[in-house]
Amino acid sequence: MTTAAPIVQLSRRARAPKAMVELNVDGQSVSVPDGTTILGACAALGIEIPTLCYLETLRPVNVCRLCVVEVEGARVLVPSCSRTVEAGMKVKTRSDRVRHTRKMVLELLASSVDLTTTPGANELLTEYDCDPARFGPPAPASAAGVRETRLPGHHTPPNPDFAATIAQPATLDNDLYVRDYGKCVLCYKCVEACGPDHQNTFAIAVAGRGFDAHISTELAVPLPDSACVYCGNCIAVCPTGALMAKSEFDLRARGAWNEACQTITDTICPYCGVGCTLTLHVQDGDIVKATSPLDNAITLGNLCIKGRFGWRYVQQRAGEGGPGADGRG
Amino acid sequence: MDIKLIDAEPTEEEREAVDLCLGPPRSAWDGGSRGSERDAHIAYGNREVGGLRHLLLPALEAVQARVGWISEGGLGYVCERLNVPPADAWGVATFYALLSTTPRPRRVLHVCDDIACRARGARELVSGIEESVGPAITHGPDGDHVVVDHDVVAWMHSPCLGLCDMAPAALLIEAGTSPAEHSIGTLTAHHARRLCDGGSTGVDAAATPPIPQLGAPGLSLLRRVGVVDPTSLAAYREAEGYDAMGRALELGAEGVIHEVAAAKLVGRGGALFPTARKWEAVRTQTSTPHYLVCNADESEPGTFKDRLLLTHDPFAVVEAMTIAAFAAGCDRGFVYLRGEYPLAHERMADAVAQARRAGLLGANILGSDFAFDIEIRRGAGAYICGEETALFESIEGKRGEPRNKPPFPAERGLFGKPTAANNVETLVNVLPILLQGGATYATTGTAQSTGTRLFCVSGAVRNPGVYEVACGTTLRALFELSGGVPDGLQAVLLGGAAGTFIRADEIDIPLSHEDTRLANTTLGSGVVMAFDDTTDMHDILLRIAGFFRDESCGQCVPCRVGTVRQEEALHRIASGKTRGGLSSELALLDEIGAGMKDGSICGLGQTAYAAVESAAKRLRLFDMRIAK
Repeated sequence: MTTAAPIVQLSRRARAPKAMVELNVDGQSVSVPDGTTILGACAALGIEIPTLCYLETLRPVNVCRLCVVEVEGARVLVPSCSRTVEAGMKVKTRSDRVRHTRKMVLELLASSVDLTTTPGANELLTEYDCDPARFGPPAPASAAGVRETRLPGHHTPPNPDFAATIAQPATLDNDLYVRDYGKCVLCYKCVEACGPDHQNTFAIAVAGRGFDAHISTELAVPLPDSACVYCGNCIAVCPTGALMAKSEFDLRARGAWNEACQTITDTICPYCGVGCTLTLHVQDGDIVKATSPLDNAITLGNLCIKGRFGWRYVQQRAGEGGPGADGRG
Repeated sequence: MDIKLIDAEPTEEEREAVDLCLGPPRSAWDGGSRGSERDAHIAYGNREVGGLRHLLLPALEAVQARVGWISEGGLGYVCERLNVPPADAWGVATFYALLSTTPRPRRVLHVCDDIACRARGARELVSGIEESVGPAITHGPDGDHVVVDHDVVAWMHSPCLGLCDMAPAALLIEAGTSPAEHSIGTLTAHHARRLCDGGSTGVDAAATPPIPQLGAPGLSLLRRVGVVDPTSLAAYREAEGYDAMGRALELGAEGVIHEVAAAKLVGRGGALFPTARKWEAVRTQTSTPHYLVCNADESEPGTFKDRLLLTHDPFAVVEAMTIAAFAAGCDRGFVYLRGEYPLAHERMADAVAQARRAGLLGANILGSDFAFDIEIRRGAGAYICGEETALFESIEGKRGEPRNKPPFPAERGLFGKPTAANNVETLVNVLPILLQGGATYATTGTAQSTGTRLFCVSGAVRNPGVYEVACGTTLRALFELSGGVPDGLQAVLLGGAAGTFIRADEIDIPLSHEDTRLANTTLGSGVVMAFDDTTDMHDILLRIAGFFRDESCGQCVPCRVGTVRQEEALHRIASGKTRGGLSSELALLDEIGAGMKDGSICGLGQTAYAAVESAAKRLRLFDMRIAK
């Protein structure tokens, strides 16, 4: 979970300067360009708004409802990530209604989804006095593949002893990344990044309905049988660690993942002439993950399979195999 | 778009069904056979094919209707024809309850297990069917798929089928070359058994519904229902049909909107938005084209008024849509009809075809230079698609996930264009408005709720059915019309599952928008469902909670998880396994409800707690349990 990301204008089209719109947020007046979101106006004032499904490089889908604020005159709360400012708007970001709804969103998520690898989750759960356990003890994990077969419009009556969860085993069907959907908050970011917002590969979509909705390939086939090109741009936008490079997943599984002692170095991807900025995360002399900065004008955080995963040769050690080692060149 | 397709081949049946729906493929580029010399030189696809996405749902429905389920190859062929990525199409196919992506028998009986039918014995009926036919198709206890033999007949539970005037009801769907769909009223376990054994269905129950006010003087919206042949344009025209359209052409678009404004007509789907303001907002948009959408996805449990208009006065819907399109400057209209209304589909399709042949749709309508045409789209089992923006998404070939508003449909609606979306009953009101004049129309009803309204009276009443009364008529008077205030009346549900319960001592409430608002309840879509003391209200409440859990699209967190937590809390109360006592469960429900109401994207989540809250606070349903 991120708080009030700086708003980067990523539109590639040059526009005429926009008219300024004046509004009031938590009693403070602020003027922002027409078309700015309430979240953007809050950022301009330094007011922090928690978000989960929002990312400055993706079209806002406003589904997590964590960023809701109260707009005077509106019947219900509005998502600040997508609602644009209007002149004279009066916005409250800290009212009781806002706090309550955010608390409910956090509790509903924490009681049904594994948030242990979601950055900032614990801080928010504390800040909003959340007690996810009050819905009951979490239901045991379902067997692999079971959630995908539930019929839309049907469900088995709840077991009063448990609170339903989406817990399930992680999907390990390829060498490059892991899909641990027990951690998925259904923020739609991976679908957007794989689809029209960035990659245009359309390997995954939201399938099923209601609580049983989930991210899936067609017919839930394993990733190698799908349209996936392993760019890993879905990993880059995942806010919860549900999608994770296998290198990171394995280290975490061994308890060896240590972000505090990692160094982060920006370099240029050596593969082609585009020259994407590559951020190498190095732990104990090994590259453990490659990313690209979200605010990089060329990549917007995206890479291809080579940039994202094709760095293992760097740390190939004698006797470990790899290109050349087996005599095939 | 260069997409990776599914390898599996469609069966001959699937290929035929899709080709019948979309027309044959032109070349190997869009799913045809390879080998034509031309294909080596011409490429079809990309932008041209990209515009076909909106045919995804009709194509999937065609396969479903032909085979009874959509196989890997069938899905793949649809994707190939429409250039839709398979993952995307999979997301759509798994969203709609009437589509199946696993083998399902050709003949399936969908038995309504919802609240109106429960008030008339559906629980007992369901156990009877379980005994005589066997268990319903659903997923297993862990949510895993239960393998079903494609060749055996089976039955499934269904949410409200809009046949509450003939409860308990069912819908029989049989796939095949000439697929059959039949509404069945007053179902018995014996009848269900016969149907599952392949017995004949007889006449569609929706063709002969109870019409309790048949021929009564003073009817406006229902005056042709049951009186004028709904399959004959000539009969319709003799009964003042198309007089209002003629009047509209005299008045001009602004004149029509002026009359509708003078009539103070507001939306009858539940949102009460002023119709004239909606049409004016669309009319003045510079972006083109403008679309008119008739929302006939009537799925609010207990609602069946639109069904009666669609099956028994379809030309009125066509004429009213033409007038609305004329007023709002729309050149194309869509009827989004709920998939569970086969007879309505048949009659509407026939009415549109007849109107087109008679020059009442198409170019130069009634000799004017106004051109307009109507296309009918069918839903596939999703309550949420009654929400207007989810409905647009569905027509566009996507999952029925509501959009955040603003932008409002008048500005950016269907296909991103200015769209006027109106409920069937709202549209049909424009006919009497133009024939009488808006000011005269407004003299009926109350100052703020003008005209008449259709009420869907169901449950424990002597004569269930659709009743047309002036706005402001009391609930007691409506009950008198339907055979008297039910004996042992426990509660009345106003407005459907998204509405509220009121107590038996509150039935003197006038049924107007202002009076119901004042009394902290709602007319919603006109549902009046009576429960007498033979009904277990706790069971009704559990069903309402289960309904919202089933029908939530799953997009936003408050609704997706909130509806689950609400149902769990009610089940804990019902089973006596409360966490921290009953009052703490009720407080928890209140908190969940407030979060859903304030935080959800659309009306489904925002109203998912309304009925539960009214049961707790108005009916004091749980008080006795507290005393225990």
